[in-house]
Formats: sequence, structure tokens, C-alpha cells
Amino acid sequence: MFPPLQEGPEEGSAGGKADRQAMIEHEYETVELNINMGPVHPATHGVFRAILTVDGELVVDVEPVIGYMHRGGEKLSENLDYRQGIGIQDRTEYLAQMNAEQAYCMAAERLGGIEVPERAEFIRVMCVELNRCASHFMFLGAYGQDIGTFGTAFTYAFRERERIMDLFEELTGERMMYSYFRVGGVAWDLPHGFERKVQQLLKHIRQGVADFEGLLTENEVFLARTRNVGAISKEKAIDYGLTGPMLRACGIPWDLRKEEPYSIYPRLEFNVPVGEQGDCWDRYKVRLEEIKESVKIVEQCLDMLPAGPIMPERMPRMLRLPAGEVYMRTENPRGEYGIYLVSRGGNKPYRLKIRSACFSNLAGLREMLVGEYVADAVAIIGSLDLVMCEVDR
Amino acid sequence: MLFTWWDNGMFFGQAWADALVRLVIVVAFMTVTVMLLIWLERKLVARIQQRLGPTRTGPMGLLQSVADAIKLLAKEDLRPLTADRWVFELAPFVFFVPAFLTFVVLPFTDDLGIRAGLPLGLFFIVAVSSVSIVGMLMAGLASDSKYALLGGLRSVAQMISYELPLVLSVLSVAVMAGTMDLREIVRAQDRVPYLVWQPLAFFIFMTAATAELARRPFDLPVAESELVGGPHVEYSGIRWSMFMLAEYTNLLILSAFGSVMFLGGYAWPFGLDWGWPWQVALTFVKTTLLIVVFMWIGATFPRLRIDQLMAYAWKALIPLSFLQVLLTGLVKVYGWPDITITIPSALALVVSAAVVRKRLRYTVRRPREERLAYLRARAAARAAGSVQ
Repeated sequence: MFPPLQEGPEEGSAGGKADRQAMIEHEYETVELNINMGPVHPATHGVFRAILTVDGELVVDVEPVIGYMHRGGEKLSENLDYRQGIGIQDRTEYLAQMNAEQAYCMAAERLGGIEVPERAEFIRVMCVELNRCASHFMFLGAYGQDIGTFGTAFTYAFRERERIMDLFEELTGERMMYSYFRVGGVAWDLPHGFERKVQQLLKHIRQGVADFEGLLTENEVFLARTRNVGAISKEKAIDYGLTGPMLRACGIPWDLRKEEPYSIYPRLEFNVPVGEQGDCWDRYKVRLEEIKESVKIVEQCLDMLPAGPIMPERMPRMLRLPAGEVYMRTENPRGEYGIYLVSRGGNKPYRLKIRSACFSNLAGLREMLVGEYVADAVAIIGSLDLVMCEVDR
Repeated sequence: MLFTWWDNGMFFGQAWADALVRLVIVVAFMTVTVMLLIWLERKLVARIQQRLGPTRTGPMGLLQSVADAIKLLAKEDLRPLTADRWVFELAPFVFFVPAFLTFVVLPFTDDLGIRAGLPLGLFFIVAVSSVSIVGMLMAGLASDSKYALLGGLRSVAQMISYELPLVLSVLSVAVMAGTMDLREIVRAQDRVPYLVWQPLAFFIFMTAATAELARRPFDLPVAESELVGGPHVEYSGIRWSMFMLAEYTNLLILSAFGSVMFLGGYAWPFGLDWGWPWQVALTFVKTTLLIVVFMWIGATFPRLRIDQLMAYAWKALIPLSFLQVLLTGLVKVYGWPDITITIPSALALVVSAAVVRKRLRYTVRRPREERLAYLRARAAARAAGSVQ
């Protein structure tokens, strides 16, 4: 394999130069190295394994290995009635539980033709948007940790997330697995003085966003690590089926709350923040801006919150949906979260399929990662905002 | 004289006894200080992060480091089966001993120091502290782990690159003082510390020292979220704690070194006429100040990437430090007033900061297509069999 060693031809002759060049290149040739990132690695957010092939410090190839968190949530749902199935949604999307519950309930409502009372819709949107804030704060903290801020970003983000979770605990009795929504409405009404507490919370969230702007957004090192890293073009993003902040960071203002308005979103005013070039910094920035928009939405909900029932009258004790199938999608913090529900007329779904946002976003990983540096692998995987439970379901 | 058993500049008048006593002083002082430093870092960073830090062990968690040390001593000393035994087991010592050796020449007061009057003290510190790199490399290579290997190689590349600006920045101070004796350098600063004449050199020193210490934003060798600990990843128990001990010792040494070189050590602002308690207090305050600055930077900055790190050293810091040395040399040779160094030096600092700031925000990095084309060419060469 070694190029033949020659007594060098004269300086300046073409052969001699080329041969020497080949020898030099051979001398410094490095072999490709496989690095197994995960399944137990601090930057993989759950149990995710990426087999990186690196050439020096450049990533040549990446093979995502998923399935470590598969718990058969879809199959389980077939054996649980429509009320119990909500709990599975909590456990599938464990950072944006309310959003997942909403998708599930709305699918069942659409199939059964159930009208949700107005007050319940407002309460739902409020919870969903607060949960979006909590989820994005989780991303911000974890992303800061991935980039390497030694926990400062993490604690900043968790301060706000804890406040949101405290409020949800007061509302639902649970910190993580809320199971608060019901098909047709919500489980119970807001506790006394809840609105005032939400208003205080919004102040804290705004302050938290401002703190983050100061800590990371304009930080030189953060810019150096995330700008122009892991960029993906608009066309590729659509081809891979990226949704949510991943897609919006490329500059496409695709938000299901605007495109396919559901619930009371048409009555609310909010913007869809978009990025410019679809790199990690844009993804970070889009999520940060979305928190501000969510705060606006919750404020409007508080202003417009009507009185009235929270469940439709005459809901059957055991819900049976007519035979048929429905696909309902909502805008989750991570993208399009869809529920495909098939009913054969019983009190349980015949088949439930979850269209996971993270799964599709993860599909674009190779496109973003190949040709970048190894250290960027962490930044890029972090910017996907993965919830492995949702990927594997 | 400080001690009654001090005789002929030696403890007990015997060379061997003297060496032994000094050795004990170094090790005991350093170990205790490092424990306090670890406690300080935990408390300080906790406060920055709105946490409490250790509270349960002793008053204000002061004994946390003691508890950690006991735990680490009691742990099993693990070694991977496939590790290179001797290199693996020796690596912590190679990392650890130079860190303690550098302590020898640091002056704490005008007459307190292990060998403070060494005429080549500056040279000694620079030379000995760079031996530590070998320990990192040994640990990385011998562990037989890919993460450790990457970490080891990174740390060698990083420390060698940042050694240059560090040395050049202290060189310009040495040119100012006209000596390499640390005591003489401090004495020369009894009116004005060199920070005033050499702002650029001080900045370069702090940056390069952060990188030498492998602290954030330059902690690539141990990058927790990427390399899960780098060269130390396979170490446990007492060997791991020796790495930690050496790291904090280096932090202390470089901070003390920085305070001697740039902040006027024990001389400024009181001058040399004040007694040794004042001088000790000054040294303590200045060293702690620099340590806290290092910790503060570490708590708030994200981590750079390896190519950015190298580019920053070779494209920004080294040319700037050459500029500083050149400037200092010119002024000294022609005997111009010292203020003629300050102005261009500060100007260069501001301009370079502005350039870095602008580059990060407005310039597009070398596009990925170029790197992809390079990888494709490599793959084609591999397929053609020209490469193994």
C-alpha cells in the first residue's frame, strides 16, 4: 500500500513533486474512527445512541440508533379506554404533557363530534402555552449545558420551569404526569386565586427570558459555537419532514396554530418567530422568542377567560366513540404532534398512532451533522430538543 | 527572620533537613489550600447559579472537601484490564509533581518563599509547569479508551498552543523589569503595577492561563458533555483525586504568578517598607481575586470548539503577544517613557476585541460544502486504494 519510495527525480520535474506530495499525504494519513456516542452519554438527553464515524475532528457519517425507550405506548392505548389513554400521552411526551393530552383529546372529540365548552378551551390553551414555556426552558437549560456553561444556564432555566411546575402541581395535583385534560373539557376548574398566580408567574417568565438573553444570546463563545453550525436548507428541512422550531428556524413560518387553526387560537393574537439560516443559533433564538409569544397568549387568555361549565352537559360516564378514523395534529413545543385514531365503536381505540415530532426531526440529523466537527455533534443533537420517549413511543 | 530555627538561610542549618522541611511545607500547605479552593469554587459557583452549595458538612459546608477526600481515599483503585499498566499508574504523578514544583519559586513576602530568590524563577515556573502536559498525554494514551485518547490529544494540542502566548506575555514583563527573578520583578512594582503598562499582556496572560488550566471556556480536554471527562475518564479513587489536586494547585500557582507579574505582588500599593503580615495579606488578596475571576469566567461562559480554540491561540493571541513584546522592547531600547507602552497596548486590546466581536456576528464561517468536498475526496482516495 505504500507508494514506492524513489530516489527523488530532479527538483521541478512534475513526477517528483507529485510523488512527494503523495508521500506527504500518506505520511499524515489518519484512519476513520468510530465513536459510540451513547446510549449512556450526558449529551444524548435520554437513551439515544449515535454511532459517529469521524475523520480527524470531522464527522463523516452518523447513524442514529433509537428504540431504547420503546414502551409500546400505542399498543397500550388500545387496551385503555379514552380516559385512561390520556395518561399514556403524559408519559410519551414527558416535557410537554399538556400539549400531548390536548392532541389526544381533540382527536377523540373530533371523532365523537363533542363540543368543548368555551371556558375549558381557554383553560386548555393557557395550560398548553405555559407548558410550552416549561418545555422551552428545559431546552434552553439543557442546551446551555451541552454547549458547556457548567450548569449556570441549567439552573437559570430550571428556576422558571420549577415555578411553572409548582403552578401545575397546584392545578392538577401532579408535577409531571398531569392527566388534567378530559375528552370534552378539563377534569376540574381552576382553583381559587389561580389567575393572580399566573399573572405573577408571567412576570417571572419574562424576567427569566431576559436573564437568558443576557447570559447566552449575545455571548461571544455561544455565538461562535452555534452560528452557522448544523445549518439545514429550507428545501431539505421540508424533505425530511422537520416541524416546529426546527422548521421555523429555516425561515418558514409554518405553525399549525396559524395554518390549521384549532381550539381558540384564531381569536388570539401572536406572532410566529422565524430564523434566517436554520442553524443552531436560530433554533435557540426561535425557541426563546416563542416563550415570549406564549406569555402573550396566556395574558390574552386571562383577559378573555369566560365563566361557564368546563365539561359539556350530558357526557356519558363511559365514553364510546362511533366507528371511524381521525387524524388530529397540534403544534407542540417540538413540532407537529399528531394522533391518528381508529375506532370501531367501542370504548377503546382500535388503533392509535402517534406522529412524533422528534422522530422526524431526528431524521434530519445526518443532513445537519455530516461535515461538521465532532464537538458540534453535541451542539446539533442538543438543538434538536429530543425527547427520546416521544421518538420511541 | 521569621523562624527561630532558621539558620544560614536554611532550616536547621542542614541541607537535607532543610529540603525535607520545605517539602513538608509545600505538600501540607498545598493540600489544605486546594481543599479550601474546592470549597470556594463550589460555594461561589453555587451562588452564581442560585444554589446553596454544600451546607451539611461542617459550618457552611467547609468540611465537604475533607469528606470527599476520605471517600476518594476509601475507593477502590480501578484500572481497565486493557490499560497500559505502568503508564496508566504513573500518569497522575507526572501531572501532579510539576504542579507542586512550581510552588517553590513563588515569593509570598519579601523573604518568605521556598526558594523565592532564584535568579531564573520566571524561567523555572514556565519550564516546569509545561511538564504537566506529559501526564495528560500519558493518561489519555494509557487508558485505552477513545474518549480519554481524544481528551489527551486535545489537551496536548491546547496546552502547547497556549504555552506560547503565556510565555510571551510574561516575557514582556520580564523585559520591563529587566530581570527574571520574581522577587526583583515584584520590587520593581512598588509604585505602579505592570498591569498599567501592559494591559494587553495581562489580558493575554489571563486568557492563556485559563486555557492552561483547562477551565471553561477552554475546558475541551475534559469537556463533560462531549468527552465525559477526557483523560481522567478511566481513573477513580486516589488517582483521580490527584488529578483534581494538581488542577487546583495549578489554579493557585497561576493566580499567584499572575498577581506577582501584573498586580504588583506584595509590593503594591503599600510599598516594601510595610511588614511581612501586610505583604502576606496583599499576596493573599490578589491571588484570591484572580482565582475568583477564573471561577467567575468558568461559571458563565460556554465552551469553545477545538478548531476555534486553536485559531484563537495562533491567529489572535500569539500575534498580539508578539506585538506586545516588540512594543516593550522598542520602548526600553530607546528609553521612551513607559506610558508610550500603555496607549498602543490598550488600543490593540480594544481593537482586537472589536474585531473578534464583529467576526462572530457578521461573517459566515467557511461553508460546510468545502469540508464535505474534502471528505468526499478522502473517501474516493480510500476507495481507490491509495490509502490504507
